[in-house]
Amino acid sequence: MNFDAWQEVFEVLRRNKLRTFLTALSVAWGIFMLVVLIAAGNGLRSGVEWEFRDDAMNSLWIRRGKTSVPYQGHAPGRPVTLDNADLEAIRREVPGVERMSARYHVWGGTQVSRGNRTASFELRGVHPEHQYLERTLMIAGRFLNDLDVSERRKVAVIGPAVKATLFGPTDAIGEMINVRGVNYQVVGVFEDQGGEGELRRIYVPISTAQLVYHGGNSVHQILFTTGAASLAETENMARRSREVLAARHHFDPDDRRALPISNNLSQFKKLMDVFDWVRTFVWVVGVGTLFAGIVGVSNIMIISVQERTLEIGIRKAIGATPRSIISMILLEAVLLTSLAGYLGLVAGLGLVETLRRHLPENDYIRNPTVDVRVALVATLLLIGAGALAGFLPALAAARVRPVVAMREVTA
Amino acid sequence: MIRLRGVNKSYQSGGAQLQVLKDVDLTIREGELVSIMGASGSGKSTLLNILGLLDDHDAGTYHLADTLIQNLGERRAAQYRNRWIGFVFQSFNLLAFKSALENVALPLYYQGVPRKERNRLALEYLRKVDLENRAEHLPSQLSGGQKQRVAIARALIARPKLVLADEPTGALDSATSLQLMDLLRSINEQGITMVIVTHEPDIAARTDRTIVLRDGRVQRGAT
Repeated sequence: MNFDAWQEVFEVLRRNKLRTFLTALSVAWGIFMLVVLIAAGNGLRSGVEWEFRDDAMNSLWIRRGKTSVPYQGHAPGRPVTLDNADLEAIRREVPGVERMSARYHVWGGTQVSRGNRTASFELRGVHPEHQYLERTLMIAGRFLNDLDVSERRKVAVIGPAVKATLFGPTDAIGEMINVRGVNYQVVGVFEDQGGEGELRRIYVPISTAQLVYHGGNSVHQILFTTGAASLAETENMARRSREVLAARHHFDPDDRRALPISNNLSQFKKLMDVFDWVRTFVWVVGVGTLFAGIVGVSNIMIISVQERTLEIGIRKAIGATPRSIISMILLEAVLLTSLAGYLGLVAGLGLVETLRRHLPENDYIRNPTVDVRVALVATLLLIGAGALAGFLPALAAARVRPVVAMREVTA
Repeated sequence: MIRLRGVNKSYQSGGAQLQVLKDVDLTIREGELVSIMGASGSGKSTLLNILGLLDDHDAGTYHLADTLIQNLGERRAAQYRNRWIGFVFQSFNLLAFKSALENVALPLYYQGVPRKERNRLALEYLRKVDLENRAEHLPSQLSGGQKQRVAIARALIARPKLVLADEPTGALDSATSLQLMDLLRSINEQGITMVIVTHEPDIAARTDRTIVLRDGRVQRGAT
């Protein structure tokens, strides 16, 4: 493509400023919408991913339920219990378990005091690997370890709200807190991305909690991560876990209500599936808008070719080949759509970037972005769109017969 | 330069076959200045279109500069027009948004001549028609006679073998017409074959030979 050809096209575009502007606007708008919609879709998606940041995504949570069907002579409605040995059983018989912890809850608010400060917090007995399941981040000291559990140490890891209430700005590590008459030594302070409730939590070794609060061997929840297992594999692991526990506690292995298991991965996957649909929808709508722009360009150019019939006829009479006419019109369309689209792209990215910087933090949209790949695809799309828009007009122009130069009679 | 033998041309018009040219035999020698006359509907426009490779004939043979013109295809026809034939139209047919200079240079653009070179040549040809000082003017800023002189410069710039003029004085007053005929004559005297379609006897009288068409046949002046 030589420079002269471009110059010819620029001349035509300059000559029809209003037409050029209106055509450009429709394409620019199409690309602008595409970019903004994609960014909105991405923002919604990251918003949801952000909601899930608190817990390990690949985890199974097993709770105690009540039997809903009779089994081996037992009537339905019997509460199912879980105990320490169940953890061993699952580890032994369910392949793929990665990190595992049980929970022993001390229900309701628990009076916790230090010196003359007293407040109500929630105490929870857990295993050391609980840290990974809840994505607990240590900001001081350490989390619980295996020795704490095996020696039933009276140690506690406290949330930032607990630390602030009981200690204020002073260091908490190594200090004692009193929980309903029992003293615990604080070994760590954590941070958690979850809600308010997480910040008011106190973790102690599960063995200590069972001992102090008369829990015996019983646990309230068992949770474990599933590593890199696929969704189908994690569902198998859930089923297998229920079978193992059903055999140990005598309930029907198909009785889901006896042992509710929630699969974080499947919930996450389901939501992500929704967002994949949203993304597809966004592309369809965006490309549709763009396509409307292309049709607009094509229409206007067909009209322009008709208006320029005489000009094209003259060009042909003095020696323009059909090919040179086609390339002239195609070039015009590609140039027009690419430039306009580029402006739309820049405007869209500008808006997205402005929103990203100034949007107040909220639960629905986080970090709306359009990545380079999308911009690249859009660019190719634009050039293709231009060629597509110019195709019919170019054919129409190529069909103009040079004889029109002869026929036209003006004064 | 031009040899037509038994050329026929008909158009489909509302279901009826309309024969416009009937067995036209015609010879025009190199360097001749010939006029074609005829009432409207006599087929003179069609003949000019065929001579100018703007349209093709149905039957018979057409030799242009000893080349048989047959089934050229649009691309070849465009190339022959560009290199062999210069056109002068009744309504000038200059591109309104291009300056006189750019209009003259346009045929060279389609030959791929670089911009500088073709502008230099265009200026030279504008000088030949005495319009050097109007090079940057748009057609709308020129008089009818000036426009037609620009068009003639454009017709000549590719050094054609043949200039075809379709009523070149049709839109001009008689004084300007006569000046223009003098210009065409002087160009012809430099050896360029010229065919002028006209319905004005004054103009025809200033050519070497007049071919008269009637009802699609050559009535007079075939050789």
